[in-house]
Order: sequence, then structure tokens, then C-alpha cells
Amino acid sequence: MSDEIKPDELLDKIDYSTGGGSWMDTPVQIRPGMYCYASNPKSVETLGLPNARAWNPLDDDWQLPDNWQEIIHQGLKERLDRFRTFKVFMDICVRCGACADKCHFFLGTGDPKNMPVLRAELLRSVYRNDFTTAAKILSKIPGGKKLSGSRPMTLEVLKEWWYYFFQCTECRRCSVFCPYGIDTAEITIMAREIFNLLGLNIDWIATPVSNCYQTGNHLGIQPHAFKDMLDFFVEDIEEITGVNCAPQYQKKGADILFITPSGDVFADPGTYTCQGYLILFKYLKEKYGLDVTWSTYASEGGNFGFFTSHETMKRLNAKMYAEAKRLGVKWILGGECGHMWRVIHQYMDTMNGPADFLEVPKNPITGTVFENAKSTKMVHITEFTADLIKHGKLELDKSRNANRVMTFHDSCNPSRGMGLLDEPRYVIQNCCDNFFDMPENTIREQTFCCGSGAGLNAGENIELRMAGALPRATALKYVHEKFGVNTLGTICAIDRAALTTLCEYWVPDVEVAGVHELVGNALILPGEKEREEDLRFEPLPDSEEE
Amino acid sequence: MNQKYLIPLITVFVLFLAAYVGVEGAKLEWFFGIVVPYVSLIAFLVFFVLKVLGWAKSAVPFKIPTTCGQQKSLPWIKQNKIDNPDTTGGVVIRMLLEIFLFRSLFRNTKAAFARNDKNRLSYSWEIFLWVGALAFHYAFLTVLLRHMRFFMTPVPSCIKWLEWADGIVQLGLPGLFLSGVVLLAAALFLLARRLFDQKVNYISLASDYFPLFLIIAIAGTGIAMRYFTKVDIVGIKSFTMGLITLHPVPPEGVGGLFYAHVFLVSVLFAYFPASKLMHMGGIFLSPTRNMANDTRAQRHINPWNYDVDTHTYEHYEDHFRDKMIEAGLPVDKKE
Amino acid sequence: MSKNMIISGLVIFVIAVLSPFWAQAVFGDKHVVPKPELVGKAATAKKCVLDKYDMRANHMSLLDEWRDSVVRDADRRYDAVNGHSFGMSLSTGEDSCLGCHEDKAKFCDSCHVYTSVNPYCWECHTNPKEIE
Repeated sequence: MSDEIKPDELLDKIDYSTGGGSWMDTPVQIRPGMYCYASNPKSVETLGLPNARAWNPLDDDWQLPDNWQEIIHQGLKERLDRFRTFKVFMDICVRCGACADKCHFFLGTGDPKNMPVLRAELLRSVYRNDFTTAAKILSKIPGGKKLSGSRPMTLEVLKEWWYYFFQCTECRRCSVFCPYGIDTAEITIMAREIFNLLGLNIDWIATPVSNCYQTGNHLGIQPHAFKDMLDFFVEDIEEITGVNCAPQYQKKGADILFITPSGDVFADPGTYTCQGYLILFKYLKEKYGLDVTWSTYASEGGNFGFFTSHETMKRLNAKMYAEAKRLGVKWILGGECGHMWRVIHQYMDTMNGPADFLEVPKNPITGTVFENAKSTKMVHITEFTADLIKHGKLELDKSRNANRVMTFHDSCNPSRGMGLLDEPRYVIQNCCDNFFDMPENTIREQTFCCGSGAGLNAGENIELRMAGALPRATALKYVHEKFGVNTLGTICAIDRAALTTLCEYWVPDVEVAGVHELVGNALILPGEKEREEDLRFEPLPDSEEE
Repeated sequence: MNQKYLIPLITVFVLFLAAYVGVEGAKLEWFFGIVVPYVSLIAFLVFFVLKVLGWAKSAVPFKIPTTCGQQKSLPWIKQNKIDNPDTTGGVVIRMLLEIFLFRSLFRNTKAAFARNDKNRLSYSWEIFLWVGALAFHYAFLTVLLRHMRFFMTPVPSCIKWLEWADGIVQLGLPGLFLSGVVLLAAALFLLARRLFDQKVNYISLASDYFPLFLIIAIAGTGIAMRYFTKVDIVGIKSFTMGLITLHPVPPEGVGGLFYAHVFLVSVLFAYFPASKLMHMGGIFLSPTRNMANDTRAQRHINPWNYDVDTHTYEHYEDHFRDKMIEAGLPVDKKE
Repeated sequence: MSKNMIISGLVIFVIAVLSPFWAQAVFGDKHVVPKPELVGKAATAKKCVLDKYDMRANHMSLLDEWRDSVVRDADRRYDAVNGHSFGMSLSTGEDSCLGCHEDKAKFCDSCHVYTSVNPYCWECHTNPKEIE
């Protein structure tokens, strides 16, 4: 971390003036700190994706297949037919500039090609050249290419695409402000599909995808190790609460299958969120007899396939319904995760449904039928917990979280691809008395990305990530200084990892916590002993004072 | 890059001159007055329809609205029914607000970063683009509708009301129509943004300047004819009525400016389907706005959803069976 | 959005764009270009304040100038380019506009109605024929 760019150096670099010249004549420079390493060929082979090979983005020669231009052309053509979004978004942008300063990467780097409109223009310029009659006719007259804004596909252009479409976290913030709803995420998704046709994925996506496919989760945690890790949490919880919260695995006929991102099993502070789930399910089992099972096969809620291609997303996602069907559960409950929920909410049922082997989700404890999930049959854990709290079914001791002054980071996907905004806030506010939202231009549908989403949470691109994190960090710093906020709540596993780095870098006095960590601390388990420590083994606030 | 606006500027100027000189010098009234308008109208309609049908031909495999407010979930959580609609009715309202009031643009903010001890990154409400865009589009629509007085006889009373409202300031003779002035001013404002706002300048292409110059020239020639050079509008109407009754006769003595105006309008119409101006049709088809956020409640069908290879549980268990048994995890087959 | 909806939308759009063509055919009167009729004195006068085309295009500006001239400078005579002199008045006197063009409906209104022009002349002035 010593050669890492310092916050002050990063801030010095920010300049929103675009400089002169034309962006088309400004060649791309792939710069260390801003890009992710190329995919490991083994990981590409696991899924049988084409053109697996060792290559280096910094090399001049990317060892592309001979007909790479043909592959791109065909790839674009196919996607223009398959996705109306893509086709319409290629045609109708008027370059009004409303999106320009909405992207966290632009705000953090000042690089004009990080303006969403230009990111899309990188691709549009080639689209116009290859697919529009007007540009083809105009290209025959002098100055015609300028007039139509088109350019042919070259290796330079491909490198530029690669560099900038892996500087987009598919957060959709630009889409909120676009008068036509043009969604750069959609364009980035198409570009990344094209890269995968050429074997140009990044390793931080390709290897988790390969792991997930074979082992059941992104981190490649094998079944026995997965159980070991949860057992470890169970021991910790028992030490703190005196109650054994051991989960069940692959239990056929359970009421509910629970799926959460594997990151929460693996790394702090997600692990505390995971312990929160274990405590909640134990409570519900003891009090109401609710039977929840985990699965080591479907042990990944997240889906890095989504950052690879629609097909890969479908292949990874298939496990959820397959496992639910095999186990014969009634419905599926999903943990806290961002892009996982975009996939579940907007894609899963369409791709891998219909889930006619499941029941319409009904909370047997409160009797609430989750009408909004009646087809997909999968419920978000904050919807579930909020419902339990509203019906007074959980005994919560808020004082155990009294040391926390909370704010909440809306993750991009649940906010702009779903609209899950008030449920997590409701849960937080019932577990903790101190809650302050960040400024309104930085939350809810206008929330800023953590800067590390869509598979960009690697180590080698830390400068990019910290630059992209700046808008979120600035808003966080504001409430930290104004209200003394010391904890950033979130419902996303990538956030729990990425925001922790963000806080260390930009706002060192703030910790990151999943919403169900607060639930785990506040929930009074039947038969528990007097708790003295929270899930982080730190003394509880009131036990200190008394 | 001044080429980006010089080329379109010169192009518009050349187009203007072509028609002006063509009529004043070469007596090509029949060409600029009759052939060009018919051809351009046909091109506009045919290519507009083809473009939209091209969009329609592409599938909508997934329901991916951009949700801009609270979803419908639990009955006691207040849903934002317009920005996150889960019903067709809500979607219709969202679309109407988007189409007629540019709702998304209304949200626009401007970011500013101050490098000092605070390092504040601040966002202020930025309303001017919204005002300018709204003024531009509504003025254009009004101007267009007002011109219907040249295409119908008797002139329908709704057009007369529009003229009355548009001329409500009762300034000068012939009376000033606000829409023309607003159209010209708004177009100049949008042009000024492209020239002087650094970010917008950087993203602008020649194809962004061309329609602006074209529209400025159209508004300019129109205003010139009405208020300054004056033309015989009875003669013009007899000609435009001839166009729509398919017996066009070029009027006498109307002059090159009128033909230049008609020619530029024709160019705009013919150019329309090949350009970004198709946002007019595209806004209706944008899947991030025109779909309901009810994906978990109502299954959306992907017409090309194909089967994929998956790693089944059987594969998985075969791979890890021994380890699973050892860890005490349930397995389907004991060996 | 379903294909049927898109196609319906397109049909409506095309119909709307072509509305002048069909609306005129269905709802419009038979198209006749009005010819300002020169009746009475005007029929034989063979002289007017401006040339014919200039008159058609510019008469409103001329009347505007006359109004200013009469009201502000009390100058009531207009010497036309063709050497004749006229009274600067819309409706008063033998050599005013309506003094020569006796039939307002046929001279003024026919074209104004045709092109949907509503001059506010008649908010103050009256047609002398109507008074009689």
C-alpha cells in the first residue's frame, strides 16, 4: 500500500475542465492504478468462454484472434437485435450533457471520457460507422466523418473501450438524470459481452465467476470449508450470547432457503452481518418454529456473471431455483447484496423461471404475503425483517447499538434497479436511535456508488477505486462532521468490503456495518446470557457506563 | 475543435444560398418549392417509420426500469407511484411527465469541487437546461402548429386561439408572435451552451451543431419574412394549399427568402430520421422508463431465452461428496 | 412496449403528420384563392398608394406609419410613389382606403379570413357602410 496514491495527491488531480482538442483524437493511455489485471486463462476456460489466453493490457499486442474486428461487428449486430435498450440508446442521445457530472468516476478523476455520455460515445462512434446509412453516405464526402461523428474500429479504439468500460460500475446514476433514460450500465454490459467474445475479461471478474460456477461461490469456498467458517461464527456468537445458533444446510423440506453473498462468510465486516442472520434465524426458529436452511451449493447470492455476459449471469443464477426445487422449500430469502438483487429483481424470473415449484412468499409469523414477489418468489431480507419488526415479532434492545451514530449508504442496484429504500432504513431505525441521512443529492435514487462495483473491487486499481469513492466519501464526511456519524450502514457485500477501504482512505473514523449486524446485536435471543460485548467483541455501550 | 461547428455552419449557409440563388437566379421555384418539399416529407415519414420499426424489431428481453423512488413492497411503506411505478397507469403518468415536462431533466444538478481545506464536492440544482429545453420544444411546437393556418381553409378555430394566445403581447404590426422569438432565443441558448460550457463543448459533435444552426436559420428566415422583408401571405397560402391539394403552383413575386425558408425546413425534415432528432420517437421506447417495476410480481418473458449449461447439484456433489460427508453435510448419494 | 402499441403509435403519428392533407379534404372548404375585388370607384381608379405586390405584403406597415403620422404629427396627406396624393385614413374621406375600396368584406376581409389574420383596425375604426 506504500506506493499507493495519497488522498491529497488524488484531490490535486481533480480538474473538471476538459482541456482543448477532440476526444476522438486523444489516444487512450492505460495507466497502472486505473485498470484491473487480465483474466487468468484457466478461469476463462472453466466456463468454456472463447479465446482464453494469458495477455497483458499494457502490452501492445493483445494477442487477439485474427478476425477480431469481425467478431466485434457480429457481436454488436447480434446485440442490437436482441436488446432494444442497446439499439435505442445508440440512436437517440442528443449529448445534452445532463449526465456529464453525475458519474462518480468523472467527479473523482476529472477524466472527460468518464462522463457517461462520452463513455457511450466511445461505442456509438463505431456503431454509427458500422450500422447507420447516414454515416456511411457522409463518410464519402470530405469532413463527412466529422459531421456524423463516426470512426472505424481499430486496436486503439478497442483499448480505449476496454479501459473505460472497466471504469464504469454499472451504477445507473446517469440514467436517473437522462431525459431519455439512457442507461450507461446497459451499454457497459454490452461492451463487456463483446470483450468476453475476445477473451478480454479482467481477472477480478473471471476468477470469481469460475469459482462460483464450480464451487458454488465466488470465493471458491468448498462445502466443508463453508461449514467450518459458519461454525466459527457460531462459536463466536455462543461466546457472546451463550446461545448456539448453528444453521442447517441443504435441509430438504425446510420452509425457506436462505442465500447470501459469500463475501459475508469470508471477510470483516460482512462476517458480523452473517452472524446477524444466524442470530435472527435462531430467534425465529426458537420463537416461531421457522425452518430456514442454507446451502453450500447455492452459497453465492452475488453474480459476477452479470459483469461478464447475460449468458454467464444466467448460468450462475440457475443454482438458486435449482437448489430451491431440489430441497423443496416454500420460497427463497435473499441476504444483503447489491448487484445480487438487481439480478434477482430484474432478471432471475425471466431467465430461469417460472418458479412454479415454489409458493407465493408468505411470512408464516406475521401472515404477510409478499405480493411484490409473488412470481419470483424471492424476498429481500430487509423486507422480511421490516415486516417482522412492524408486527412486533422481534424483541430488540436498541441500547446495544447506542454507541453507533448511523447513516445509510443506498447501494446502486437496490436503489436504482429495485427501489429498496425505506425498508433498510426502517430496520436500522428500529435497532438504533441515532440515524442521520446523508445530503439528498447523494442518497436514495441519487446515491453514489462505492466506486468498486461491477467487478472493479480489485487491489491493483486502487487509485481508480478511491477516486470513484470520493463523492460518497465527501457526503459521508459531511454527516460525520455535522452529526458525529461513526457508522455507515449498508446492504451490500461489495460495499462492506469497498466502503471499509473507502473509509480508511477518506474518512478514517467511520466504520461500516451491514444492517443485520445491528439486528444481531439488538435482538434478544430466548435464553441468552447478559451480553457484554457486541458481535465485534467490543464492549456494549451501556455495560461500560453502568 | 472549431471544425465541429464550422462545417455545419457553412453547410447551413450553403443550403440557404443554394435555395436563394436557385430561385432568384436560376428560377428553380418548381424544384425548391414543389419537388423538395414533397420528397422531404416522404423521406421523413418513410425513414421515421422504418427507424421506429427497426427499434420495435429488437427484443426487450428484460424488464429493467430505472427506479427513482421507493418500490411497492410492504403495504405500510409508501410507494413512489410515479418514479417507481408498478402498474401500467403509473408508467403512463411517468411517461407523460417525461415526454411533456422533461421530468428527469428537471432533476439536473451541477457538481462543483473546491480544492481547499474542506475539499467540498457540492451539487446545486441546475435548472437552466430544463428551462431552455422546455422553451425550445414548446416554442417549436407552437410555431409548427401556427403554420397550420397555411395548410387549412377555413383555418380551424383551435389554430386561431393558438395565434391569439401567441400574439397576446400585441406588439407591433404585424403583431409579434412570442413563440418565434422564444424559439430563436432558446436555440441560441442551446448553441451557447455547446460553445461556451466546456464539458458540453467537449462532448458535442458536428451533428449536434447542424440541427441547431438549421433551426436558427429557419427561425431567422421566418422572422425576417414576417417582420422585416414582408411577403404576400395570400400568395404563399395559395401555394401551400396547392401543395396539400396536390395542385401546387409557385406564387409570383414571393422571392428567394421564402424558398430558402421552405428549403431549410425540408432539409430538417429529411435529415430528421437519420439523426439524433429521433429522440422524439425514442423517448417513447426507452425501456428504462416505459416499463413497470413489477418484475418480481409478474414474470417478464424473454423471446430469445435459450438454455445454457449449468453446473448442476449432481456435478457438485460428485465433485465434493467425500468432503461433504466428512463435514457432516447432507448428500443425496452416499457414495 | 409491445409491437402492436408501437405500430399503433406510428399510425397515429403518420396520420397526424399528414393531417393537413386529409383534414383539408374532409373538413375543408373547396380551396379558392380570394381575389380582392375592386368595386365602385376602385374599379376605375387605376392608381393606389403602393404597387400591387408591395400593397399585398406591406399594407399593414403603411397603415401603422399613417397612424403614427396622423396621431403624432397631424400630417394627414400621403404622397405616393406614383405621384398621387391620398388622405391618410382608413375610413374617413373620399380618398381614404375605404373611400375608394367601398366594400370592406370583399377588399379587406376576404384575404384576412383566408390567412387567419385578425387586424385590430376594426376595434376602433368602423366600416362607413355599416353606419349608414
